[in-house]
Amino acid sequence: MSTAAAVSGRSEGLERRLGAWKPVLIAGLLAGFVSLYVTLVGIVGTFQEREIVEDVVTVGEAVLVLTAVLAGYVGARRAPGGVLNAIVGSALVGLMAGAALSLLIILGPMVDLRAYLPNASPDLYELISGAELLGVEDARDMWRGEAFPITFWFPALVGMSLGALGGLLALLPRTPRVLILVSVAAIVGMGLFSSILRSPMLQRDATAGIARELFASNGLTITGVVLILGIVIAVYLVHRLVQPTRRFRALPRETQRHPAIVIPAGALALLIVLLLPLGFTGFIPSVIALIALYALMGLGLNITLGMAGLLDLGFVAFFAVGAYTTALLTSTGELGIAQWPFFVAIPFAMLVAMGFGILLGLPILGIRGDYLAIATLGFGEIISILARSDLLKETIGGPRGILNVPKPLASVGVDIPPDHFLAGPNQIYYISLICIAVIAFIAVRLRDSRLGRAWVAIREDEDVAEALGINLVQTKSLAYMLGAAFAGLGGAVFAALFGSIISSSINLNVSILIVTIVVIGGMGSIPGVVLGAIVIIGLPELFREFAEYRFLLYGIALILVMHWRPEGLLPSRVGREALYHEEQTMEGEPSGPPPPDPADIEPATSSSGGA
Amino acid sequence: MRTTLRTRRAPSRTETAFEAAVSAFLWAFRIVLVLIVVVGSVITISSGKFTLETWVDLVVKGAVQGGIYALIALGYTMVYGIMRMINFAHGEVFMIGIFSGYFAAEILDELGILNANVVASLFSFLLMMAIAACVSTLVALAVERVAYRPLRNSPRLVLLISAIGASFFLQYTVAGLVGPGIFRYPTIDILEEKVGLPVISALGMSWIQVVVIVSALVMMAVLYLFVMRSKIGTAIRAVSEDKQTAALMGIDVNRAIVTTFAVGAAMAGAAGVLYGLLFGQVQFYTGFIPGIKAFTAAVLGGIGNIPGAMVGGFVLGEAESIGSLLIIDGLGVPGSGQLKDVIAFTILVMVLMFRPQGILGERLSRSRA
Repeated sequence: MSTAAAVSGRSEGLERRLGAWKPVLIAGLLAGFVSLYVTLVGIVGTFQEREIVEDVVTVGEAVLVLTAVLAGYVGARRAPGGVLNAIVGSALVGLMAGAALSLLIILGPMVDLRAYLPNASPDLYELISGAELLGVEDARDMWRGEAFPITFWFPALVGMSLGALGGLLALLPRTPRVLILVSVAAIVGMGLFSSILRSPMLQRDATAGIARELFASNGLTITGVVLILGIVIAVYLVHRLVQPTRRFRALPRETQRHPAIVIPAGALALLIVLLLPLGFTGFIPSVIALIALYALMGLGLNITLGMAGLLDLGFVAFFAVGAYTTALLTSTGELGIAQWPFFVAIPFAMLVAMGFGILLGLPILGIRGDYLAIATLGFGEIISILARSDLLKETIGGPRGILNVPKPLASVGVDIPPDHFLAGPNQIYYISLICIAVIAFIAVRLRDSRLGRAWVAIREDEDVAEALGINLVQTKSLAYMLGAAFAGLGGAVFAALFGSIISSSINLNVSILIVTIVVIGGMGSIPGVVLGAIVIIGLPELFREFAEYRFLLYGIALILVMHWRPEGLLPSRVGREALYHEEQTMEGEPSGPPPPDPADIEPATSSSGGA
Repeated sequence: MRTTLRTRRAPSRTETAFEAAVSAFLWAFRIVLVLIVVVGSVITISSGKFTLETWVDLVVKGAVQGGIYALIALGYTMVYGIMRMINFAHGEVFMIGIFSGYFAAEILDELGILNANVVASLFSFLLMMAIAACVSTLVALAVERVAYRPLRNSPRLVLLISAIGASFFLQYTVAGLVGPGIFRYPTIDILEEKVGLPVISALGMSWIQVVVIVSALVMMAVLYLFVMRSKIGTAIRAVSEDKQTAALMGIDVNRAIVTTFAVGAAMAGAAGVLYGLLFGQVQFYTGFIPGIKAFTAAVLGGIGNIPGAMVGGFVLGEAESIGSLLIIDGLGVPGSGQLKDVIAFTILVMVLMFRPQGILGERLSRSRA
């Protein structure tokens, strides 16, 4: 009896010890899945084109390497205590991340994976099996010839070592770890930006030499990498020794807000914003103009979504109304009807959009929560179908659209020579800036007004708001109308920026983009929306390789932001408070402490059966 | 008591001018809509432009399309019933079902099984359905685990945005994996033939159309029995009614929710194969519009209601199929076929406005809306 008990006790102990490794194994499976995913979905292959450090590492390779290192980091964190366990765990997770690619190397050609998944190409196999590094000449024989054992084990072994590296990183004290992470981030970031920074620097004699030193034609040079490392360490040392931020925070509030600090800082920021597009040539100014335009539209939706809490997925409807109205009124082409100056057309476009906002908004604003999202989505689809249809082809041109929408200044008869700084997208940029300033001013003033507080009340709890004497439909429709008007404004500027409006621009993706901007930036927060526009519009425009995967990355970003930071990257103070109390509000349940998740409550039967 | 999805007007106050204007506007809206429908129909019918065969053909097509909507709508309606959320990614789960069926069919075709003989074809068809249902279920469970479960206690807006994210993630994952092109579905020849049976041959239906309608009905009946009779079905209903009380009664809430997602996704996956065989092509974008329309069907029939999803699906299919010819063509609008989708979305908005509980819907209490 006692031996049996001892045996069962030992096996239980073993079981428990194995059980402690279960999270590590799960992490390993996930890591393997992720490495397979990034290769097969084509991210690695596409990003192979761009190098971070010339002739050393491409973005595609960096994605794989970082996956393995991150996997090791997670593995070390999940392993049972002890340094050795952490290293073993991280190496194991890294190994599994790499082993997935090993399996791909052996199984992919066997089942002719490429017939179904076009990214599983010989180029990809060559990359992940390390053919170039190992000096395997003939790629075709790589999987069968003498080199096979090495090429097969290559990803697994590399994954294991990178994983262990990630584990070491996890074991490091905080300071060196942060320093390493920041350096890697700085190098990757600068590597991505190198071509953008290089071309304007080359055009000026003073900077051309520096540009040649730091940036190669594709990616950084080794000198550049060293310089970046030096800068990171220098900044860190300054930060550590002088501690400017901590000192500034330690100052009393009145000093922080003192005009002697605020006015120069504000003036500097304003100057940078105003001069931003002048420092660049090529396609960058139009990217900057596009960012400003989307920030403008984001601020419009921010009123509906951020302040009043109405999830409007039909933004594109009012965008279309504004764009087509402006195009019709100002175009010098055959479909133009009035050839008005742009600045006269804008208020008109906003009014028409606002009218549509009332027309579409009134019937549906009684609907609650997520039904509103679907109803507005329906409106967006109806408008985009109408824009494409034969029904309105006579008026708005269908797929061919309305062409020859003049630039704003040209429409009022100001002739600008083509090399003038206002000639290209820059004038759109400045017009967008003015609009942003106006909308931001309106938004701030509204937020502190009676109406703004009514919106917040509705967002928080419709029933309570109604009980307080707020007219729901009226208040909501004001928010919806304003949002529609600013969407129309965005559409008007859009038509002027591209000089035309065609039906294929009117699609659901516009609505989704703007919702993403507002949500990721921070609902209800004006700086947040601007940041959102920079991240969401700027990055994919600057890195063409990203463009193919932009909606994939947005999807991931939306889920992750909702997970970890539902208030957005730069939240507004009110919004942050609101989200943590919103549980009761949207459910319409009585207020009080949030009820525990029923799923967390152990079912009565299973808990009693477990004993 | 009119406690529905719409907010009630506060009962006693005297109507302000604004409210009077709103209600006048809404009435005008309804009247205009009814006028459009009546005038369009009368003109079309009196013109006699279309023969009886055309109408019969449209009714058949509508029923077939409606069967597919109904199958997708089941997933929406069950998930909404149990979690009070619109599972935006459901359309994508359906699309993944179409693709899984496509790959299964391609492989079967390569092996020479797909059209070898009647038995092999039937076997292939069932295998495609099974594979599609399995893959869709796996994907839906992964989405539930990653995007929904951790957020179950969050505000509904957060959950909805996460669902939109999941939808885009799945769409562009498929685009990245298989490429953005259009894929031609392999055909199962015996399913393309016209039906020779006495009554049905008069309708000019092909086998695939019959199969779609029959399998939609059968699957729906099985699902209904499953939810009403089985133990886990009872658990699902209990959790839909009241999560916390159900948990206190010893019901495993997680299991009920996971089962709901699995069943809904399996139906969508099977519907995907039917869709692929019916329309013969698939693209990564294919799931989105049918998804929204199926949601419309679920709302139309009464959300949270399984027979309602079926009724809603068939009604929507018929309305789309007949409506574009009957109403829009009658009004002399060019290209009535292009505006087919407008009908579905208009119906969605109309239902939400005027009868949010749907055709068969029970009165939803306020907390449930």
